[in-house]
Amino acid sequence: MTAPTMSLAVSAWTQPFFQHALLAGTFIALAAGLVGFFLVLRAQVFTGDALSHVAFTGAMAALAAGYDLRLGLFVACVLVGLLLGGIGRRGKADDVVIGSAFAWILGLGSFFLTLYTTSASGMGNGGAGTSVLFGSIFGLDGGQTTVAVVIALVVTALVLLIARPLLFATLDENVAAARGVPVKALGLGFLALVGLTAGEATQAVGSLLLLGLLAAPAGAALRMTQRPFVGLALAGGLAVAEMWAGLAAAAWIPQCPPSFGIMAAATLVYAATYLPRPAGRRARTAEAAV
Amino acid sequence: MGSAPPFSWNLLYDFQVMWSYPFMLNAFRAGAIVAVVAGVVGWYVVLRRQTFAAHTLSVVAFPGAAFATLAGFALSLGYFGFCIAAALVLAMLRRNRGGQPGDSEESAATGTVQAFLLACGYLFMALYKGLLEGPQALLFGNFTGITTGQVTTLAVAGVVVLGVLAVIGRPLLFASVDPQVAAARGVPVRALSVAFLVLLGAATAEAAQITGALLVFALMVLPAATAQVLTARPGLSLLLTVVIGFGVTWLGLFAGWYWNYPLGFFVTTFAFALFLLAHGVRALAAAAERRRAVPTLAGAA
Repeated sequence: MTAPTMSLAVSAWTQPFFQHALLAGTFIALAAGLVGFFLVLRAQVFTGDALSHVAFTGAMAALAAGYDLRLGLFVACVLVGLLLGGIGRRGKADDVVIGSAFAWILGLGSFFLTLYTTSASGMGNGGAGTSVLFGSIFGLDGGQTTVAVVIALVVTALVLLIARPLLFATLDENVAAARGVPVKALGLGFLALVGLTAGEATQAVGSLLLLGLLAAPAGAALRMTQRPFVGLALAGGLAVAEMWAGLAAAAWIPQCPPSFGIMAAATLVYAATYLPRPAGRRARTAEAAV
Repeated sequence: MGSAPPFSWNLLYDFQVMWSYPFMLNAFRAGAIVAVVAGVVGWYVVLRRQTFAAHTLSVVAFPGAAFATLAGFALSLGYFGFCIAAALVLAMLRRNRGGQPGDSEESAATGTVQAFLLACGYLFMALYKGLLEGPQALLFGNFTGITTGQVTTLAVAGVVVLGVLAVIGRPLLFASVDPQVAAARGVPVRALSVAFLVLLGAATAEAAQITGALLVFALMVLPAATAQVLTARPGLSLLLTVVIGFGVTWLGLFAGWYWNYPLGFFVTTFAFALFLLAHGVRALAAAAERRRAVPTLAGAA
């Protein structure tokens, strides 16, 4: 938790830390929304859950070894993403194996956390664990913002590039494989992208909450429309809107941490999709489904 | 434990020294209770492939504890209240979807519930600035401060959970292995699934008080996953689960006494090593089986 979060509520909009957060947050949310859409569609949300713990361990290991924590974040998330894809059939691992692996990885994270907070460089920095777990988007500086935006843009471009074959491979794996779509390679590539996104999202909302940024906008989009590409755009759009709403809430209400604001906005939108729909629309959707 | 006496190979003596400290004695007692309860409940979790729900319920212990701290009532109440409430929410979401586990929409809902409640926990922590150690003790556990009263509470809750599970255990096993046939035979599959989620919530709330919110899940899934790799017979693997859970927890406490690293690290590392070992053993057994099968096949051809 960095100091500026707690004060300067009114003038937050003009502060550089807020502008950095807004810029980085927008692109991180866009990438997370798009990747999350496929993650939910492919029923791999649990993999995202696993990566949220891997992100923590990676960051802590990097800190304990004296490197930039983002290096640990990205390397750990992408490697484990590929590993989870590699051990499963057709790029999908069994939930029990994933759970067993990340339970241990988290234990390892608590070890690195102890190692770091008791080492010379980490002394007096006991909050490092908390800021990795729950994010510190208001703590990004100019350079970190640029890196975050560039990586988010690369992820977004790659997702859009593989969107069509990936969608085919997701909706009908066997037919896609028969048509010569490289199903396994797509699954692995996708998990690498999920890893990159997890590393990105950790900087915004923290490793424990990144699952919300991946699952909530995508889940809402899938409940709102049956058409895949509309859903994909909707997931990205919702994620960005929720990020803005959360940051605005954090700027207006000094007690509200930005991570909570973002998660609250995302959850509200998702919960709203459970409200009963107006009769006319439901009838139309039912017709379309028939 | 920097002040711990040096490790000697006389294990009996080591235990005597350790248990002469009341807090260590309580830690071993609590660890035993938690390992058995989490192991038995976790066995059903692995059987039912509900790892995601189990993980979600276990992290919900964190906002529960944070809220109890903020509002100033007993921590146990926060743990049990939040975990059981979250279990009911998950059960409701599942009922909306017709109870098909592994459904993509259900997993999105579970993930959203999890992230939102964790964010709530963070908010409660931010609002309550008095807690010196921050969220880390709640997330990663603290076994040195367990009181005798807490052990009693754990024992009572554990007996209740195991008692209910003993009553519904057999139909639950049937409903877990083959839900369609069970439903056709008149087993109330849906009610059992709700009851199991509530039990799961209670068990995670109990275990989280010792292991911290993030590591309950390890105690729940690792021993059961290991046992179910080794044997397919329900009774035997259930027994094996309890033995493994109990063993790694006590071994973890033992190691934590001599080396000043988190308990969760030791417990998860021992348990995961056993898990890998079990997979290795099974792979070897399968390879031996194949080698034995080849000559017969060749003979038949």
